[in-house]
This record gives sequence, structure tokens and C-alpha cells, in this order.
Amino acid sequence: MTAMATPGAAHAMRDLSLLRLALRMLVRDWRAGELRVLALALVVAVSSVTSVGFFADRIRQGILRDAHQLLGADALLDADHAWPAEISAEIRKSGLAFAELMSFVSMARSDAASQLSGVKAVSEGYPLRGKLRIAMALNAADEATTQVPERGSVWVDERLALALERKVGDTLQLGEATLRIGAILTLEPDRNASFFNIAPRLLMRIEDLPATGLVQEGSRIRYNLLAAGEPDAVKRFEAWVKPRLGRGESLQDLENASPSVRNSIERGEQFVGLTALLAVILAAVAVSLSTRRYTARHLNGFAVMRCFGATQARLLALSACEFVLLGAAASVAGCVLGFLAQFVIAAFVTQFVGTALPAPSPLPALQGILVGMALLLGFALPPLLQLKNVPALRVLRRDLGAPAEGALVAWTLGLAVIGALLVWQAGSVRLGLVVLAGFAAAFALFGVIAYAGLRLAGRAGSGAGVTWRYGMANLKRHARANTVQILALAVGLTALLMLSFTLDDLISTWKRKIPPEAPNRFIVNIQPGQAADIGAMFKDAGIAAPAIYPMVRGRYVAHNGRQLEVSALNEHDRHTVEREFNLSFMESQQPYNSVIAGAWFSAADLRAGAVSVEEGMARRLGWNLGDTLTWQVAGRNFTAPITSIRKLDWDSMRVNFFVIATPPLLADAPASYISAFHLPEGRLAFANSISQRFPNLTLVDMSAILRQAQLIIDQVVQAVRFVFLFALAAGLLVLYSALLATQDERAQESALMRALGASRRQILAAQRAEFLVLGLSSGLLAAAGASAIGWSIARFVFQFPYQMNAWVWLAGPLAGLACVAWNARAGARAALDHPPLLVLREA
Amino acid sequence: MSPIIRSRGLSKTVPLAAPPGGGQVSQLAILQDIDIEIIPGEAVAIVGASGSGKSTLLGLLAGLDVPSAGKIEIDGNDLFSLDEDGRALLRARLLGFVFQSFQLLSALNALENVMLPLELAGIAGAAESAKAMLQRVGLGERLHHYPKYLSGGEQQRVALARAFVVKPKLLLADEPTGNLDAATGAAVIDLLFGLNAEAGTTLVLVTHDEALARRCGRIVRLAAGRVTN
Repeated sequence: MTAMATPGAAHAMRDLSLLRLALRMLVRDWRAGELRVLALALVVAVSSVTSVGFFADRIRQGILRDAHQLLGADALLDADHAWPAEISAEIRKSGLAFAELMSFVSMARSDAASQLSGVKAVSEGYPLRGKLRIAMALNAADEATTQVPERGSVWVDERLALALERKVGDTLQLGEATLRIGAILTLEPDRNASFFNIAPRLLMRIEDLPATGLVQEGSRIRYNLLAAGEPDAVKRFEAWVKPRLGRGESLQDLENASPSVRNSIERGEQFVGLTALLAVILAAVAVSLSTRRYTARHLNGFAVMRCFGATQARLLALSACEFVLLGAAASVAGCVLGFLAQFVIAAFVTQFVGTALPAPSPLPALQGILVGMALLLGFALPPLLQLKNVPALRVLRRDLGAPAEGALVAWTLGLAVIGALLVWQAGSVRLGLVVLAGFAAAFALFGVIAYAGLRLAGRAGSGAGVTWRYGMANLKRHARANTVQILALAVGLTALLMLSFTLDDLISTWKRKIPPEAPNRFIVNIQPGQAADIGAMFKDAGIAAPAIYPMVRGRYVAHNGRQLEVSALNEHDRHTVEREFNLSFMESQQPYNSVIAGAWFSAADLRAGAVSVEEGMARRLGWNLGDTLTWQVAGRNFTAPITSIRKLDWDSMRVNFFVIATPPLLADAPASYISAFHLPEGRLAFANSISQRFPNLTLVDMSAILRQAQLIIDQVVQAVRFVFLFALAAGLLVLYSALLATQDERAQESALMRALGASRRQILAAQRAEFLVLGLSSGLLAAAGASAIGWSIARFVFQFPYQMNAWVWLAGPLAGLACVAWNARAGARAALDHPPLLVLREA
Repeated sequence: MSPIIRSRGLSKTVPLAAPPGGGQVSQLAILQDIDIEIIPGEAVAIVGASGSGKSTLLGLLAGLDVPSAGKIEIDGNDLFSLDEDGRALLRARLLGFVFQSFQLLSALNALENVMLPLELAGIAGAAESAKAMLQRVGLGERLHHYPKYLSGGEQQRVALARAFVVKPKLLLADEPTGNLDAATGAAVIDLLFGLNAEAGTTLVLVTHDEALARRCGRIVRLAAGRVTN
């Protein structure tokens, strides 16, 4: 007895701090397995969000860095005339690195052949961002270099070397100069910056340019100045130069960098982000369910502690402290896991950007911890708060003290938390609210259907045999608890079905958007008389003849009769309208365009004249249906109303036009024609034969860009699949916690029946009817949920049609039955494999 | 010597369910006009048939429930002038409990169950005190066993250790042998009285077992909510 506390000595004893006691309780609850599902749910949610967060962060940084590479600089000045010396002087004065280049298209010649090539004459130091790669022979391994060609030599790409039948060390003619081929150019970081850079490439020193005699009055040359350095210095220089830009001069921003690739990446990111969110929503359900179980199992403990004199405030502080400790530990674990997982995601997608991605910033970790704590506060705290209200008298009377549900507060708080997370992740209030409303409606609908179904089933059982009647009566008796279980099972199964069926359907629909037979060559500059002959060539070669569209250069001059005020437009729009537009004319709508406002040209429109415009351009320039636009074509103006607004599928790689007019308006204007076709693999000779027969045509090879877009989709698909594993884990946790929620009760019922003399067979049979209904209803609801979510994502997020998968309607109910059957067996086994007394003693 | 428990005019009524077809809700009197005084160190048994109001009286004496009328003083403190948290603090300072259904926390092992009231009271050295107490009740070898792996008698001995480890002035026991067979029950009761004598605790024991009641110094008999002796 010496170690026992003596009366009166308590005051001398050191108080255990609340934190230490909470930590002790946490360890004990953890060891007893009370908190594992809750903690796992938090870890899954946080790692899901942070892995995507870290990854998206790296991608964003990568895009930014690579966008700089695509410019070859931090700031790029572009002009159709030579830049005044003060600009380059200012760049140097600002402490920025400087380089200059001139680019143009010219004929390169050898004794064997001549080839139109994209020439880039650069100064030392080019490129300021990214690196050139060269090989010392055709098909030899390439390496990065910080050099530019030596004076008197050029680097040519493989296509130009092959076309001219020259190798490294040979010479070629450019204008009046003879230049030696110093290396094979394999990569220019800024090659995507301009569409016409897709022609065979030739890189030379700017100092050699005068000797070629190609720079003359009227030559179509682009003059670029490049600057790079500290972001602040770049910004200061940009601010200095912007007001000094004259006509035909521009400062290139990052928006210009490879828009189709950026579009794919952004869409991929959105897809991956939403997948992560699904994991969070599922985790929220798991957190909610496991806290309910925790609360139910701790009612007696709390009553005992109140009996021992713990005040409400102390119990609340203790449990809140315990949960916050758990939340913090789980969130940190989730962040670590998320950080590791993003390496896997990044490994799938590093080819996006050619090189390794930059390291992530710590911000996503903070976001992850916030998500973890928000889930805990939103979904675990409300049921936990009820514990403090457990009456101490429960120690004498077990029937007392199942605390009131406080459902409204709990759900409102939970919905608010999920809503905020959705809006945050979706990056758009509208999208976030749409998804939230969808989930809330689905939950409410699932709940109402399940509850009504259970009540009806209870009634339906009244005339049946004993087993069926017992089962149905049980369903009705536990209607609320069973509704919760059906809801949770349905939500968990929805995730599983989405992973197994819906996601694949969505992905294959998305991939079909760029079919393998998408056009990979553009033919530009077709003359009016050549269309029929080109068509015949395709027919002879056994390749489907492509549609050929007229293209007329036109300048936009007035809107609704008012002369266009260029100065009122922002810089970006000013560039758009200062350029000449490529207008087209046609009677029938292109099949891959869809009219989203107004109607395609009617017979009356064709007579009176009308234009159809692209949605995005209309939005930017403030064009509405019914507005009149005035265009100047070949010195003559025409005015026509907008009768339709079209949505274009930019992913289709087909010929698209911002503005299409009715044919009579443009029929007399000087037009060239453009077409796009798919050149099958191994038919390069056909493309060459077109070029040889019609030397005026420019054939643009889009296959590299197409391959890049398809590669990105493939990689995003891999990333999405990986992230969906988190959603799957969360779904399994929901299933597990839903099953655990009733397992105690089932184990006790089984033990009681066994104590009363029921056999294993009888116990299992008694539950069968009940489980049949529970499993089937959960599975059917899950099938409906997965189909509806798949359809909604396709329709509202990615805007493509979605074909429902019939298999979910079979797989859903089967999976539901399997889960509930497993639960029944587990519950029964708990009772059957242990002495009934042991199970009943725990009750 | 001033009493450690004094009740005056203690009554407890509960509303009955309304009769079918409406009508006035009637009240059921569970306890009526109970006056009790218990002096420190006394062992008192409250006996009566099922439904006589024994457990309700115990709940009121512990401040776990509130009366419809009357008052209780515990060690000079007017129990029902305190709010629920005030009564909890008073329990922490003065009371120990033993329950018919043991009320051990299933997630805690034997040692942790005994440590719990010390920890809640913020008393240091909880583990050592709890170990010593468990050794005293003969469970020194089963410190780390969870309740479901202990027999009923062992669980009740853990509960006794938990009740006495805080050295309460007053121990309230509700049918402590109610869930035990006769032999185990007798051993537990021997232990209870032994510990009580060692610590000089006041014992209030609710039971319907006359033999057990006779081991206490005084018997208070309840019938239909009234003290009959």
C-alpha cells in the first residue's frame, strides 16, 4: 500500500498535463484498434490531395519553365523589322542576358537538291533558356550543347540533311554563301514557338548572314531580341519596353507557348484533381462512419469517466485533443505518402516536358494538412461532441444516454467543409457547387430510396416464411442504421464501379477524341486550279481524298457599323485584330464543328450574306449573334451579320476557321486553299510526290505535334489510374467501416441466438434474406451513382458524349451482395468462433 | 461526528406514458421522502426487492441523477446546489464506485483501467499506485490483460482496485456480486470488506442479498420507494 496515494497528498502531486493524457488515450485507443479506420481514411484523403497537389505544382512550375524554353528566353521581342539599338542596349543595361536572332524561310541548296528551309541566324548565347542538342552524324547519339555554330558553319536537322543528301562536314549553299555543315541539329527548345518552324531547320551565326545576301529590303524576316535573368529585372525591362513598342513589334508572353499541349495538360490536371477529390469525399464518409462507431463504443467509457468525476469540459478537451493529435499525425503521414506518391505520378508524365520536373514547393503539404484537419473537424467532431453529453447515470442504467444525433449540425458542418474543399480543388465556384449539389442530391436520393425500400421490404415480409419474415422484420426494425449502411455501401461501391468501368469508358471516349487516323499533314497554299488534280492524286494512291477549303486573307475593320478602335483593345486582342484573319467560305457546315447559338447558313442567309464565328473569338472580341461585322478583303469591304456561333474541336487536328462567310461574299476574292489529311505510316513517298508535282504547295508535317498530344493523353491516363488507387483505397475503407458499423450488433445477435441453441446454418440462414435486400439495394444504387457521375463528368467537365456501360448494372448488385455476405460471415464468425459468453460479455 | 451522507425529504418521480386515447400524464413515484444519515466509516446496506428504488437511491447519493424533491449533503456539501460539473468534481474528490456490470473500459487493459481515475484527477505516479492496488487484489500477474479475457470475478476485482486506488472517503457499490456465482461473489465481497477496513472508507452497498447485507453494520430497507425500517 506504500505506493498508493495518501489522502491529502494529492495537492502535492504533479498534474498530468491534458496533452499527455490525451496522448496516452490516443495510444490506448490506437492499440485497441478503435481509431485505425479513421486514421487510414485521413491518411488516404491527405495523401491523395497532396500527391496531386505536389504533382500539379511541379507541372505548373515545369510548364512555366518550359514555356520560357519555348521562347528560348524569359522575354522575347518580335518584330518584322530590325530593332532599334536602344532596346538591346537597355537589355544589357538591365543586367539581363542578351541574344538576338533573325528567322526566315529560304531555299538551301546542294549539288543534289534544293529544299525550302526555316533558317534561324543566332548570336552567341542563344538560347538563353533551354539547350540545343546536336549529333555529330546522322543517327548518332545527340548531346546538349551551350554553343552555337562556328562562323562559316551551319547546323541542319535530319530532314534537311537527307533532302540535300549532305552529311556533317559537307557544304551547302544559302543565298550567296557557302557554309559547312558542322553538326546535325536534333533539338531546338523554342521550335514550337512558331507554326512555320516545322519546316526543315537550319541554324547559323547571325554574323554570317550578310554574306548570304538574303537580307534585303522587303525580305520577310522576323527579328527577335531575347532577354533572360532575375524575374524582377525581367519585369522591369518588360514594363520599360511595352510603351515603346511600335506597329509590328510585340513582346511575346508565355500564353503563346504551345496552346494545344497546355490545353491537354490542364485538362489532364483537372481530371487528376477531380479523381483526388473523389478520394476525399469517400474518406469523409469513412471518417464519419468510423467516428460514429468510435462514439457508440465509447458511450460507456465516457459515462464511467463522468462517474469518476471528469467534467464535461475536461472530457471534451481530452477527446478533442486526442482527435487533433490523431488528425495531425495522420495528416503528416498522408503528406509524406503523398510526396512519395507524386514521384510515381511524375514518372508517368515526365515525357510531357522532355526533362525532369522541378522540385515541388511545400504549399501542397500545407493544403494536405488543412484538408485532413477540415475532414476531422467537419465529420468527426460533431459525433464526438455528443459524447460529452453522455449522462453519468448510464453506468447504472444502460438504456440511458445514446446521445441525440444532432444530425442537422453534423451534416451542415460536413457539407460546408466538403463544399469548401470542392470549390478549392475545382478552382471554380460554379464547378465546385455543381459537384457538391450532385453529391448532396445523390446522398439525399440514395437515403430516401433506401429508407423507403426498407420500410416496404418490412411490410412485404409479413406473409412469408419464418426466415424471410425474421430478416424483413430486422430490416424494418433497424431501418435507420440499415439506411446508413446501404448509403455507405452504395458510396463505396460507386467508387469501385467507377474504377472498374466508368473511368475506362471516360478515358477511352477521351482518347477517341484524337483518333489514330486524325490528319497528320496540312497542305497549305493550294491554288484554285489545283484542287481537282490533288484529289485525283489521292484517289490514285488509294488514300481518302481530303476536303479542301478556301482561305481568304481579310482584315477586321468594323463592328456593328463602328470603326474598330484598336487602341481600346488589350494587347492580346490588339495583336489578334491587327493580324489578317484567315477567312473561309462554304455552304455546308464542317461536320466536326457544332453550332451552339443561331443556325448554320439558311438559303436566305446564302442569298443575303452572313458569317459564322468561333465561340472563343466571339467572346474575346465581344461579338454576339445578330451583330454585323465588316471585313476588308483585297481592298474591298463587305459587311454581314453573325447568324451562328460555332464550337470547334481543336483537338481534332482538322482545318478550322474562326470566321466563315457565305460563298457569294468571298467568291471573287483571291483565295488559296488548305487541306488536312492522314498520311498512313510508310507512305512518305506519296507526300513527296505531291511536293514534287506541285512545288508551290507547303506540306506541313503535324505528326510530331499529334504524337505529343497523344503521348500526353496516354501519360495522363496512367496518372489518373494511379491517383484513382487512392479513391479505391478510400472506397474500400468506406466499405470496411460500413460493414464494421453493424458488425458488433450482428456478432451479439448471433451469439445470443447461439446461446439459445441455434446452429451455424440456422444463424446464417436467418440473416440471408436481410442481406439479400441490403446487398442488392446498395449495388443497384451504386450502379446508378457510377453511371450518373460518369455521365455528369463527361457532359459538364469534359464536354464529350458518354456511352453508359451496361455491365455496371450486373457488377454493382453482385459486388453489393458479396460485401454484405462477407460482413454476415465475419459477424457470424465472430460469434461462432468464440464462446458466446465472450461476445456477450463485450456487449 | 457529522454524517458523511445526509438526505432530507428525498423523492424521485418520473412521468408515465400517456394512456391510449389521450388523458392526463400520471407520475410514478420511485422514491418518496427518504431521510438517511450515514456517519464516516460506517458500512450500510440498502436492500429491497427489484423495483424498490435501491439503484435510484444510489444514483442520487452519487449525484448521478437529480431528485424531484429533497436534498442530499455529502461531506457537508449540498449536492444539488452544484451543477453537473460541480457534482463531478465532488465525486472525483470523495467517491469510489463498484458496479454490478463491472463497467471496465474494454479498450484498456487491467492496469490502465485502474490508472484511469488517477489520471483523470491529474495525480502523478498513477502506474505505480495502480500496480500496487492490482497486486493487493491478487491480479499482479494479469496487469496487461483486457477485460474480455478476464473472468467475471477477476473483472470485479479490477473494478475494486479501480474504486480503492483513489482512496475515496465514500464507496458506493451497486449489486457488486449480482453478475457473479456464489463462490466468486463471496470471495469478491471478502476482498471488498477487507479493503474497506484497511482504508477506513464509508461503504454504501445496494443489494437484494440478505446474507451480504448482514455483513454491513446497518441495513436500510426499501419497499415501494420508502424506507421501511
